[in-house]
Amino acid sequence: MLKLNFSLSRYPNLQLSRESWVNLALLLAMVLAPVIATAMDEVYYVNLSTRIIIVAMAAVGLNFALGFGGMVSFGHAAFFGLGGYVAGIAALHSFEDTLFLGLVPGTDQMLLIWPVALIIAAIIAVLIGAISLRTQGVYFIMITLAFAQMIYYFAISLTTYGGEDGLSIILRNNFVIGDTNNPLHFFTLCFVALLMSLWLTHRMVGSRFGAALTMAKLNDTRLATAGIEPYSIRLVAFVVSAMITATSGVLFADLNGFVGPSMLSWHRSGEIIVIVVLGGVGRLFGPIAGAIAFVLLETFLGGFTDRWQFFLGLILLGIVLFARGGLIGLMTGNARHG
Amino acid sequence: MTLALALEQLLNGIQFGVMLFLMASGLTLIFGVMGLINLAHGSLYMVGAFVCAYVTGITGSFWLGLLAGALGAAMMGVIVEVLVIRRLYHRDHLDQVLATFALILILSEGTAWVFGSQPLWLDIPSVLKGSIELGSVIYPIYRILIIIVGVLVAVGLYLLISRTRIGMRIRAGENDREMIGALGVNISALYTFVFALGAALAGLAGSLVGALQSVEVGMGEPVLILAFVVIVIGGIGSIKGALIGAMLVGIVDTLGRVFLPGIFEWFMEPSAASSVGSGLASMLIYLLMAVVLAIKPKGLFPANA
Amino acid sequence: MVDSIAEPILRIERLHKSFGALHATDNISLDLRKGEIHALIGPNGAGKSTLIAQIAGSLKPDRGQIFLDGEDVTHLSVAARAVKGLGRCFQVSSLAMPLSVRRNVMIASQAISGSSFRFWKAVESDKALIAAADEAIETMGLLDRADVPVSFLSHGERRQLEVGCALALKPKLLLLDEPMAGMGAGGSERFTMLLESLKLEIPILLIEHDMDAVFRLADRISVLVYGQIVAHGTAEQIRHNPLVREAYLGVTDEVDD
Repeated sequence: MLKLNFSLSRYPNLQLSRESWVNLALLLAMVLAPVIATAMDEVYYVNLSTRIIIVAMAAVGLNFALGFGGMVSFGHAAFFGLGGYVAGIAALHSFEDTLFLGLVPGTDQMLLIWPVALIIAAIIAVLIGAISLRTQGVYFIMITLAFAQMIYYFAISLTTYGGEDGLSIILRNNFVIGDTNNPLHFFTLCFVALLMSLWLTHRMVGSRFGAALTMAKLNDTRLATAGIEPYSIRLVAFVVSAMITATSGVLFADLNGFVGPSMLSWHRSGEIIVIVVLGGVGRLFGPIAGAIAFVLLETFLGGFTDRWQFFLGLILLGIVLFARGGLIGLMTGNARHG
Repeated sequence: MTLALALEQLLNGIQFGVMLFLMASGLTLIFGVMGLINLAHGSLYMVGAFVCAYVTGITGSFWLGLLAGALGAAMMGVIVEVLVIRRLYHRDHLDQVLATFALILILSEGTAWVFGSQPLWLDIPSVLKGSIELGSVIYPIYRILIIIVGVLVAVGLYLLISRTRIGMRIRAGENDREMIGALGVNISALYTFVFALGAALAGLAGSLVGALQSVEVGMGEPVLILAFVVIVIGGIGSIKGALIGAMLVGIVDTLGRVFLPGIFEWFMEPSAASSVGSGLASMLIYLLMAVVLAIKPKGLFPANA
Repeated sequence: MVDSIAEPILRIERLHKSFGALHATDNISLDLRKGEIHALIGPNGAGKSTLIAQIAGSLKPDRGQIFLDGEDVTHLSVAARAVKGLGRCFQVSSLAMPLSVRRNVMIASQAISGSSFRFWKAVESDKALIAAADEAIETMGLLDRADVPVSFLSHGERRQLEVGCALALKPKLLLLDEPMAGMGAGGSERFTMLLESLKLEIPILLIEHDMDAVFRLADRISVLVYGQIVAHGTAEQIRHNPLVREAYLGVTDEVDD
């Protein structure tokens, strides 16, 4: 945060900071990888890139609440899974030509699914946030964890939608342009979604709301004494964060053709936090770096041994104890401040 | 629904509550004294169960296994505290959450590496296998043992904290961490002791439940989250809160699962009632937590009001 | 000139707060009038900061009412009272350390110039907001330090910044809790002159231990001991009040001052 403020008020937009170069490089890598993979006819790597992008977007959502808002939510998997289940349930009803709850028809159109996912995520986030944000610190962490568990167990009890085994999405949902079954098209769709979430986050952090949110994170006594209610600011940030993560969940379900309770598990919540921290908490492009690192670890280390999470644990422990700025902090030489 | 059934389920609820208390008391002590949120507590529960199963397997004695489980978890607790946990006391909660989450990964995968991913065999010793009559209820002896253990632990903790020197230091530490350091109490040793005590309780719980259910990797995680709910309801840092919260959660959850589907059958057809009922039952204690928090955001008996 | 006929800008009626058997605030009534500095003095532990906390809204009283410019604000939050014109400075500076002086002040200017739920326009290029903040910063003489992160400011500058943040609210009154604590003689002198210049526009309820400053600045003084106001009057009256001299200033009438 320190660096960001200095560079904004001191240097005009002409000069790019070291952090911006790193960010640009990451974006470029993410664009080139699937293009090259397609040219080499390696579908697997295109899908891998898509996975990275989607996971990064989930982390972008959490980073808004956690990194910029200081809210350690251990329940963001709830929103991730929510998005996934919206996609899955809509696709199921559309495929079987049945009605959800006997009232609402399914759909296989993403442009319809996304708003539904956004609205439902917003409602759940308001409910969870309204209660959780009345608490502070450790309570907040545990409560968000507990509410996510509640949703997890609820999903398991929904035998109509797969219960413990989850739900398959036979046909990937459609978008208005392009063919979502084409891996590169789907990648582009997800990439654009990620860029939009980054742009949104960037604008919001720089706005009046962002200024209030930053103050809520740094010193909420100062914020209240200055005349702004910390609770309302945090609640809105929490809801926006949930909505972004939920959208990534929709895409994730479509990528894998499957949604299950594991998308809602607290392990998943932990993984999303890990990705944010790996990349650097409160840094705009941190989630991308974190997602690249995490997914590559998961894929390649996981290829060697089923016990790859043992090493993930060691790496994470190492970062927490010794490398406090995450990967971007390491690359740009800036430790996290505060 | 007969009285006998209700009583039996009530006893089940109490037994469940006891097990939650063993977990929650450790968690809440660790938070109250050291200000540390410990996600790895569920892993210590698991370690206790594995050690118990292993020792019972080689010695043939469940009692030895039980002791080994508690001690094994305590030892793991000491190792973890010295190597990792003590670097976290002055860090913010996010760092503590991440580091202890990392410990879960290390301990879970490590256990699977050592013991394989199949569950371990642990059975109730034959002397405890039967049931006895309690009025109109016929109840398994083993579960009664668990309840007795819980009562003993609760009494023991009470005596420890209110009657011993260490207990005095614990109470002082809960009130003012910097002060007791200034007064010359060996903080390091105290913290290690508290952490090991919490670990031992978790290991004991894991060993007891392992014989009842199964001993497998990841068994501690659902319990951990329930323990969190318990201490949030009871008030973080309060042992009394942990006891009452644990009983509340144990009884509400057990009775809810048994009777809710039945209640819904009054006005719904059986299959719908069953799914709605069990869905609601699984959410019940979280709803309870939400209601408690809406009225008392710091839990029922917060340690620092 | 103190306007004693009009409605006081701040009126506290029978405010009461107990912590168990301790009456931190024992049925206190007092007021703050336009154009004055009303000082609150008393030994440590008398309940001064507890009283300020209740006036500001960060602590809920057990009984009693608080009126800001005639309006009952007893049940309003800290932020709501701030927007209505209640500026507060803390005994221990409460600032956002990594942020610049300007960013700290801008948040207050933001609060009184429209909604904070605007998500798009960049705050860094909001000239009106920056100008409003700079006005308050300049009053405190910190304009040349406006871009400096607070962590690099001296103690005295941070105390000044606290007041600057409060001023950015265009407040109707100021609650100052030991603003000059830890300041050297030069800083205290400058600060005292500043407060004198402010009081005509913005009445001040001041907690201070620096007796020179108190007797120089205060139009009225209330003495708080064990949660109760044991003496109240003009600076001259209080200076010669035997009870106060003995209990608080530690002077008995056997020894001449």
